[in-house]
Amino acid sequence: MTAVSTVMETDTIGSSAGYDVAAIRADFPAINLEINGYPHAFLDSGASAQKPNQVLERMDQAYRSEYANVHRGAYTLSQLATDNYENARTTVAKFMNAKTPDEIIFTRNVTAAINLVAYSYGREFLSAGDEIIISHMEHHANIVPWQLLRDAIGIEIKIAPIDDAGNFLVDEFEKLLNPKTKLVAITQVSNVLGTIVPIKDVVRLAHAQGAHVLIDGAQGIVHEGVDVQDLDADFYAFTGHKLYGPTGIGVLWGKLDLLNSMPPYQGGGDMIENVTFEKTTYRDAPARFEAGTPPIVEAVGLAAAIDYVSEIGLTNIAAHEQNVLAYATEQLSAIEDLTIIGQADNKAGIISFMLGDIHSHDIGTIIDARGVAVRAGHHCAQPLMDRYGVAATARASLGMYSNTTDIDQLVDALNYVKEIFG
Amino acid sequence: MEDDIRELYQEVILDHGKNPRNFRHPEDATCEANGNNPLCGDRLTVFVKVGEDQSIEDAAFEGRGCAISVASASMMTDIVRGKKVTEVDALFDTFHKMCMGEEIGETPAEFEDDLDKLIVLSGVKQFPMRVKCATLAWHTMNAAVHGEAATSTE
Ligand SMILES: Cc1ncc(COP(=O)(O)O)c(C=O)c1O
Repeated sequence: MTAVSTVMETDTIGSSAGYDVAAIRADFPAINLEINGYPHAFLDSGASAQKPNQVLERMDQAYRSEYANVHRGAYTLSQLATDNYENARTTVAKFMNAKTPDEIIFTRNVTAAINLVAYSYGREFLSAGDEIIISHMEHHANIVPWQLLRDAIGIEIKIAPIDDAGNFLVDEFEKLLNPKTKLVAITQVSNVLGTIVPIKDVVRLAHAQGAHVLIDGAQGIVHEGVDVQDLDADFYAFTGHKLYGPTGIGVLWGKLDLLNSMPPYQGGGDMIENVTFEKTTYRDAPARFEAGTPPIVEAVGLAAAIDYVSEIGLTNIAAHEQNVLAYATEQLSAIEDLTIIGQADNKAGIISFMLGDIHSHDIGTIIDARGVAVRAGHHCAQPLMDRYGVAATARASLGMYSNTTDIDQLVDALNYVKEIFG
Repeated sequence: MEDDIRELYQEVILDHGKNPRNFRHPEDATCEANGNNPLCGDRLTVFVKVGEDQSIEDAAFEGRGCAISVASASMMTDIVRGKKVTEVDALFDTFHKMCMGEEIGETPAEFEDDLDKLIVLSGVKQFPMRVKCATLAWHTMNAAVHGEAATSTE
């Protein structure tokens, strides 16, 4: 969807014509905080993004004057809240180019979305001896649900390898596919390495073997976006809080026929057609998978975030992030002893690094004193850390508001770390 | 804030972090335990040789972690040698309070020298996220001498 290989003249590195990053920054209260006496250089959007006023105000209004439970009351506010909630579904559907809003299931986060598939699809469609393929760079959210399924029903999990630079190896992946492969569950963008996975190839090859495909779009939706009809995967999941929306809401998209052939994941109110003590019948998707009171205002907030992002344009945001990424890569590489982990040919705005033998926790604590926020640790991807023989890395991840000043501040702060460690 | 950073990353800590003492696996250890900080994936194994009179004859560790957790393990393995297990329990209790910034009350005279050394780690009290780093080794040793195979700081 986006131009990921933007070529730049050296003197324009870090700036993107027509992209008003100052105006965008002004929309994000948290970006304008002062942290420990320094401007806030927030470089942890990969863990969770900050929220623009447009989202905060929309949610405030939804709680103040548009709030009631949905799908229940025959009164004005309940109708309004229901309309808002369902309109949010439509906004998400359009954003992903889903065929119909019925294919959009609201969940708590991407983790819940993947667990839903593992439980409901997994127990209905998979059985002992079947194989699923995940990659070496999955987040625990796209590993552990499959292990739980494996332990419950006896499937086998195969790991698609990456090379040292962090490139997803399509040929190696293809070799793992066989008639026993029933599902491929792969991330679109690695949250540690920034690798952009060629998911269209993954889908094509998997489908040729008759396997279904789930894409973990937690990072991908932010940096790349998705057109689910063009991609033609079977499931695509993402989380609202990384897309400048609120916590507490995620999305599972699935092909409608497939969703309607899956049993419920959780039982409760709203998902039933008819209940007697002897037999209960279930509604179709999405209601079947949304038991109980849903994240009503969170859905409204997510829609506001999508509107905000869409107005600026995901392609423009991605191009801007590519510029800042190129600048950051250049600046960080110039620091002696700094090693960037993840140098795939096709990368999104995520940079994991090691600074000599200084532990990432120490880096994180020290640069915080200079107003710089990065993530330190294993990033919920321990098998990937083991692949590189490290326990932890520091990770700077970009958002739509990131600029080269943030990067300069990071570089200064890293030099301060080196100074302390002598 | 930068003063707090300087206090946390004192020369002594950096030195222990870079050149940890007792970083080895003693063959004659009578007990050991793995310590794990699930938040960051850091792991330590602490080995202890407890004598018949319940005194610690040797203590050592292996593993990887941040400067604070390695320095803490390094200092701890030095300090506990020759002490009775019950004394170490009491010392850990006091050290823990120190790291949490809690009142430690009257310090027993026999611990004064040890606490004078350990005080360099008390800089973590300004950094609640890092208290676990300073106490991981102690939790792990505690698990070892009291017969638990593994501990986690969560
Ligand atoms: C690739 C990837 N998958 C899954 C997740 C889990 O997201 P959440 O905690 O919102 O479910 C994350 C974020 O941490 C991620 O980066």
